[in-house]
Amino acid sequence: MKQYDIVVIGGGPAGLAAAISAKKAGVTNLLILERDSTLGGILNQCIHNGFGLHTFKEELTGPEYASRFIAEAKEMEIPYQLGAMVLSVSPEKVITYMSKAEGLVQISAKAIILAMGCRERPRGALNIPGFRPAGIYSAGTAQRLMNIEGYSVGKEVVILGSGDIGLIMARRMTLEGAKVKVVAELMPYSGGLKRNIVQCLNDFDIPLLLSHTVVGIDGKDRLTGVTIAKVDANRQPIPGTEIHYDCDTLLLSCGLIPENELTKEIGVGMNRVTSGPNVDDRLQTDVPGVFACGNVLHVHDLVDYVSSEAALAGANAAKYVLDESEKANAHKVVIKAENGVRYTVPQTIDIANMSDSVTVRFRVGDIYQNRAVCVYYDGKKISSRKKRVLAPGEMEQVILKKNSFADCPELSEIVICTEEA
Amino acid sequence: MEVKNLTCIGCPMGCSLTVTIECDNIGVEGNTCPRGADYAKKEVTNPTRIVTSSVRVIGADIARVSVKTASDIPKGKIFACMEEICKAEMQAPVAIGDVVIENCAGTGVNVIATKNVSLKK
Amino acid sequence: MADIRYDAVIIGGGVIGCAIARELSRYAMSVCLVEKTEDVCSGTSKANSAIVHAGYDAKPGSKKAKLNVKGNAMMGDLARDLEFEFKRNGSLVLCFADEDMPKLGELYQRGLKNGVDVKILSGDEVRRMEPNITNEVVAALWAPTGGIVCPFGLTIALAENACDNGVEFRFHTEVKNIEKAEDGYVLKTNQGDIAAKTVINAAGVYSDVIHNMVSETKLHITPRKGDYCLLDKEAGTHVSATVFQLPGKYGKGILVSPTVHGNLLLGPTAVDLNDKENTATTAAELADVVKKSAVSVKDIPYRLTITSFSGLRAHEDGDDFVLGEVSDAPGFFDAAGIESPGLSSAPAIGVEIAEAVAAKLGASKKGNFIATRKGFVKLAEKSFEERAAKIKENPLYGVIVCRCMEISEGEIVDAINRTLGAKSLDGIKRRVHQGMGRCQAGFCTSKTMEILSRETGIPMEKICKNSDGSEMLSHKM
Repeated sequence: MKQYDIVVIGGGPAGLAAAISAKKAGVTNLLILERDSTLGGILNQCIHNGFGLHTFKEELTGPEYASRFIAEAKEMEIPYQLGAMVLSVSPEKVITYMSKAEGLVQISAKAIILAMGCRERPRGALNIPGFRPAGIYSAGTAQRLMNIEGYSVGKEVVILGSGDIGLIMARRMTLEGAKVKVVAELMPYSGGLKRNIVQCLNDFDIPLLLSHTVVGIDGKDRLTGVTIAKVDANRQPIPGTEIHYDCDTLLLSCGLIPENELTKEIGVGMNRVTSGPNVDDRLQTDVPGVFACGNVLHVHDLVDYVSSEAALAGANAAKYVLDESEKANAHKVVIKAENGVRYTVPQTIDIANMSDSVTVRFRVGDIYQNRAVCVYYDGKKISSRKKRVLAPGEMEQVILKKNSFADCPELSEIVICTEEA
Repeated sequence: MEVKNLTCIGCPMGCSLTVTIECDNIGVEGNTCPRGADYAKKEVTNPTRIVTSSVRVIGADIARVSVKTASDIPKGKIFACMEEICKAEMQAPVAIGDVVIENCAGTGVNVIATKNVSLKK
Repeated sequence: MADIRYDAVIIGGGVIGCAIARELSRYAMSVCLVEKTEDVCSGTSKANSAIVHAGYDAKPGSKKAKLNVKGNAMMGDLARDLEFEFKRNGSLVLCFADEDMPKLGELYQRGLKNGVDVKILSGDEVRRMEPNITNEVVAALWAPTGGIVCPFGLTIALAENACDNGVEFRFHTEVKNIEKAEDGYVLKTNQGDIAAKTVINAAGVYSDVIHNMVSETKLHITPRKGDYCLLDKEAGTHVSATVFQLPGKYGKGILVSPTVHGNLLLGPTAVDLNDKENTATTAAELADVVKKSAVSVKDIPYRLTITSFSGLRAHEDGDDFVLGEVSDAPGFFDAAGIESPGLSSAPAIGVEIAEAVAAKLGASKKGNFIATRKGFVKLAEKSFEERAAKIKENPLYGVIVCRCMEISEGEIVDAINRTLGAKSLDGIKRRVHQGMGRCQAGFCTSKTMEILSRETGIPMEKICKNSDGSEMLSHKM
């Protein structure tokens, strides 16, 4: 069995950045396993612009953003396998994968970086009643068919869910000549970025109906129409508010789910809110030597954050492999998400051995205006930062500095919460 | 005096901007960075957008190559630009930055490739 | 006049039509099966509880009772011969109140009369067997011969085997009318006339319409709709037996069952309709499924629901299967009103009808009948070594298309190119379970379409989800 220091599962933005960073940190015996036929992951089909403002200080399209990382990985001669589907990972870090070129292969790794990304929530999981005709696509599937395969999925479109992919597809299909009739969103706020509401919907006069959902699907063979209704505060459809739309296509953009089937197989502890693994400030899971980054860890809004998070995971995996002392089990302080903060990543922090600062990312559960994001150490308020707007669609962060813990070595809990400003 | 409320699309922060227009004087509030002010001024005088799409590519392993306007073009020209993009075709190999359409729809802006595409294996 | 005259024409490519076709293919006779959609297993056979009932439920002496018990007994050998997925996981019928105990006793007695192995268990015994059964359960009927089957696998296996034995399958062929002719019938279809000495009506919810074309003794089928929820494999071991509810204070009751694919199935509701095409789920019924399933089994992880669907049972007014030659239409045989336990009874119905038809025609069994059929290669279930060997033999077995179910390109190509191969996305799904997993084909739709297009020559724009009119794409850009 071939042995590697680090195996990165997934060659999308997270996997690439993690591998590059691990190699920069001195690990040369590493491998990226990518199930698709190209590196770059989902960025290949995200042909719109808006990527890279943080990382490269310029606005790039998805393929351009990916190509920079791909070029760097190739320049650094980081080995990768394409068409390589990982079937299983054992707790002992034995990885079984298969590919057309190599057949069925088993390899072992000292450290594993999980970077498998996420999938879209399908119709079934939304439990939308009605028929099951052709013409219902998750937005990303339609995006792939259009942008990679070159086929349009329909002419008259209704979109359920205002996640970013749905908003981007509203514009994309409009530009290609389709009529996007409406975007319905179950929640009273959009799950997408504000800029996408402006440039994808408002620019083309596509209405966004908040607090609305699809309650009926018509068409036995191909979709012929959908019925949309307003929902009450408990997200239940209100009788009498139904509106029918004739359409041949329904796109669903109703959330992303981290792809953690392999993670669970390893026996890694999972977080119910993120649907990703629990990690410490090194982005290491509770199985030593197994790290996670990108959308498999928690769904991100911006790829730039994926890249920086993944670089951290890569560097820490390298440290784990190269430095025996890193493996010592340390005292980890739990970070609790409270009062409007839905979760944090990481979930624990090793304050004795942490780097100078740790970025804690989180999302809020509702729209807030003029609200403060506060940090408490064992009940004592450490910081409070007022934000004009907090929205569930956008990831927030606080930075915890190592020196802030100088006075509290025995700290037992950190709380991150929102408060009236 | 006219007041307009805009959401900045300069970056994902999406700052809420208040623009006051008084003859030639345009005031912007709510922006976090200079890009916001630039965006607001442009948006109330000559709104522009970058257009992204894809065109057919011949002689490659893949069907489409993604493209974009090299810089922003007037909003009103988006569909004229799309019309030309829909008709365009590229021959592999393609490198990022290769010009697909020169002076698209008379905007003075080129449409360029945003993906490297190698020749069919 | 039609140019070919078959000894027998079967109307309907569901599990009943295919079971009859397979049994008829044992005889030296020409047989044709007509199906209005693009594939077999497109109606009720594709959307049901996937249960092989033990046979305690039907009224003793009824056709349902007799054929269910017989079909159940046949299923094991059939699954071995035709290589489809079948498992005897046992059935429980839960009783929730002491006052309902007499009803459980009745069911027990009925089971004994029908010749079924049944036993009454106490509430605690049930919970020892199935720890997730709710505390309200006071007793249960246990029937170890109850089983679960892949309804697609069963139907397709029967069809393929019938085809291998010479039965001709005509798809996209809808019977519009039937005319009596000298020594037989002429089927008026959208594809022209088909002449037959005998006709077998296995048209599911339309079996009344077909029957009424030739007979003055009218049948009336009510489509009885049932909605189901299917949960991810992660929930598949929540119960190991199929868990029914004793009809009682909670109404008719619904089942909670593992499937042979490892998922958890909840349902069905029961709503009588007039529309034979109405397979739309409703919010109220799906909510009912959730509510009632929670009565039987605790902590069902509903958030792991991956899809919901509905199917129509063909309920005949007489409340029993309608089987055999129609008195005022000689040579016309019904297999009508086949609702539950129709799937369980299918093998036995196949034998019964085939024997009657063969007797009518005086046909004898042929010597070269092939009794076995090779199942689909299921790489995900194979050992490391077997899987590695298969990939060496055909590298396409090493290209995973459907991640969730681990289905390779090679398996999809096989599903398209074998006997009665798949012609639509649903056809592929029913054969090799591509797209049946948690992402519901979100990732693999485009790749699967590409493979189907490449292997069949159907242009991408014409690739359908299932029948004509269900095209997936609008146009090439």
